[in-house]
Amino acid sequence: MSRFLVRRLLLTLPVLFFVSVIVFSLISLIPGDPARVLLGEEVSTDALEVLRKQLGLDRPLHIRYLYWLGRIVKGDLGKSVRDGRPVLDTLLQKLPTTIELAITSLIVAWAIAIPAGVLAAWKRRSAWDYGATTVALAGISIPNFWLGIMLIYLLAVNLRLLPPSGYVEPWIDLSRNLRLMVMPSIVLGSALAALVMRILRSSLIEVLGTDYVRTAHAKGLNDRTVVLKHAMKNAMIPVVTIMGLQLSGLLGGAIITETIFAIPGLGRLAVESILTRDYPMVQGVVLFAALAVVITNLAVDMIYASLDPRIRLEERTA
Amino acid sequence: MRRSADAILTGLPAGGATAPRYGFGYLLRRYARNRLALIGLWVVLLIIGLAIFAPWIAPHNPIKTNFENLLKPPASTHIMGTDDLGRDILSRIIYGTRTSLLAGVISVGIAVAIGLPLGLLAGFYRGRLDDVLMRLTDAMLSFPFLVLALAMAAVLGAGLDRAMIAIGIVFTPGFVRLSRGQVLSEREQNYVEAARASGAGDGRIIWRHILPNIVSPVLVQASLSTAAAITAEAALSFLGLGTQPPTPSWGSMLNIAQAYLGSAPWMALWPGLAIFITVLSINLTGDGLREALDPRLRSV
Repeated sequence: MSRFLVRRLLLTLPVLFFVSVIVFSLISLIPGDPARVLLGEEVSTDALEVLRKQLGLDRPLHIRYLYWLGRIVKGDLGKSVRDGRPVLDTLLQKLPTTIELAITSLIVAWAIAIPAGVLAAWKRRSAWDYGATTVALAGISIPNFWLGIMLIYLLAVNLRLLPPSGYVEPWIDLSRNLRLMVMPSIVLGSALAALVMRILRSSLIEVLGTDYVRTAHAKGLNDRTVVLKHAMKNAMIPVVTIMGLQLSGLLGGAIITETIFAIPGLGRLAVESILTRDYPMVQGVVLFAALAVVITNLAVDMIYASLDPRIRLEERTA
Repeated sequence: MRRSADAILTGLPAGGATAPRYGFGYLLRRYARNRLALIGLWVVLLIIGLAIFAPWIAPHNPIKTNFENLLKPPASTHIMGTDDLGRDILSRIIYGTRTSLLAGVISVGIAVAIGLPLGLLAGFYRGRLDDVLMRLTDAMLSFPFLVLALAMAAVLGAGLDRAMIAIGIVFTPGFVRLSRGQVLSEREQNYVEAARASGAGDGRIIWRHILPNIVSPVLVQASLSTAAAITAEAALSFLGLGTQPPTPSWGSMLNIAQAYLGSAPWMALWPGLAIFITVLSINLTGDGLREALDPRLRSV
């Protein structure tokens, strides 16, 4: 087990290295003078010089990278060009809002995907299956920014059932917070639901064809027990395995969802930083998102290795 | 060349352990059995037709403003209504097909042009090149797709051409991984050994023997990625980083439509529907293609 852990951790190191290089390159590759791009055209030469020194632009690229990496490792992501606040502070302040949106969206996604996936696999090649598969394909194809706008038009503007946009912290007004989160969660959760449903369907179809499921049937257990108690446990493995992918989809989708519904989370922060050319903040958000995915993937692998000895054995014999 | 070399070594009919090759007619018949895929293909062809013949089909000039015609609801003169500058929405939707298809095809073209050769080399030679490339693709795949595309578009600047480059780069690791994986299994096949025995060099083996055998999955991935690239371009334009006004783009049309949701909901309805139908039909086509090209999927 410890050998597997060490190997998995060692494989993560080069990935983290390349993640850092890509994020560093985001500012280094800005065409022209990054200091001028950051501060704009109408700025004094002195201010430009100060920022160039701060960014280390007078040093070679690899030295700048090492200097930047040293700061990142210490948790110093730099300061926002817009408001001068430390980037990390702003990220941590916005994080809970995005986490809340991600959790509610995940609940919506799984609540739709799991019953639909089970039904589609169980009643394979039936109207249920074709219906669920087609709806899933539509879910993947529907642009979430359009779905968001249409929901606002239908549920907020026309029917006046829900508030159109905005955010209130749950500890200030829980009821309003939940009402405000309904539409964003549907928008963010729907695309994810389609992905999870498709994976669960094909995984469950595979499991239903295995010997142990046939044995369970032979013992006289009814379909319902076989599917829900025996097959589901194994069929859910691929769904949990792609948690990193799901998180990645949620973080990417949060950009659009938070922008449409005016939710002050990391996604909206990313868009605002990009539009105002606040590059240190852009770097911070991008790094944060990538690290979240890398750590989730690592955690999923670790949990699997501890639960399933076959993974460790495969690794040893590979 | 591959068939004869393989047949010599194995004594079996050409194709051996590799997936059997089908004629175009056979694949077309298999494809046509999937009705949804067939509908998807027809819609895709229709959209391509709209893009090519836009100047002849569009009833009005898509960028000409008309201040006497602001925010008019759908009527016989303007079937889909007019926008905040009095422009005909139908004409802008028709011209928007050009932007969307261009974005989809060029972005995926960039991704394939970079990703396929890298994947071929990594899978064929393995070793350090493979290690480095795989860790790099792992790193790139760790970034949420839209986060990285948005950040790259921000660095490169706003505009359709830059958005296409950003989307293309973000899609590249997917093609590296796919082609590498395919090469890893193909390089162990008898026909590769036979080609080597007959004196073929690495370059010839890769381009003349392995490449034709991995084209199918790359083609399927490319078609599905085109749908994703169209959505990504629309998303970037929606956020103000893609196509710039006055060029018609479905994403930027939706961006403007948000402000008029209460007074002119048709401004939001049509561009979104256009994206949805286009992406859905490309996805249906891609799924159908995958099913027709991969016999194993037919049983699932």
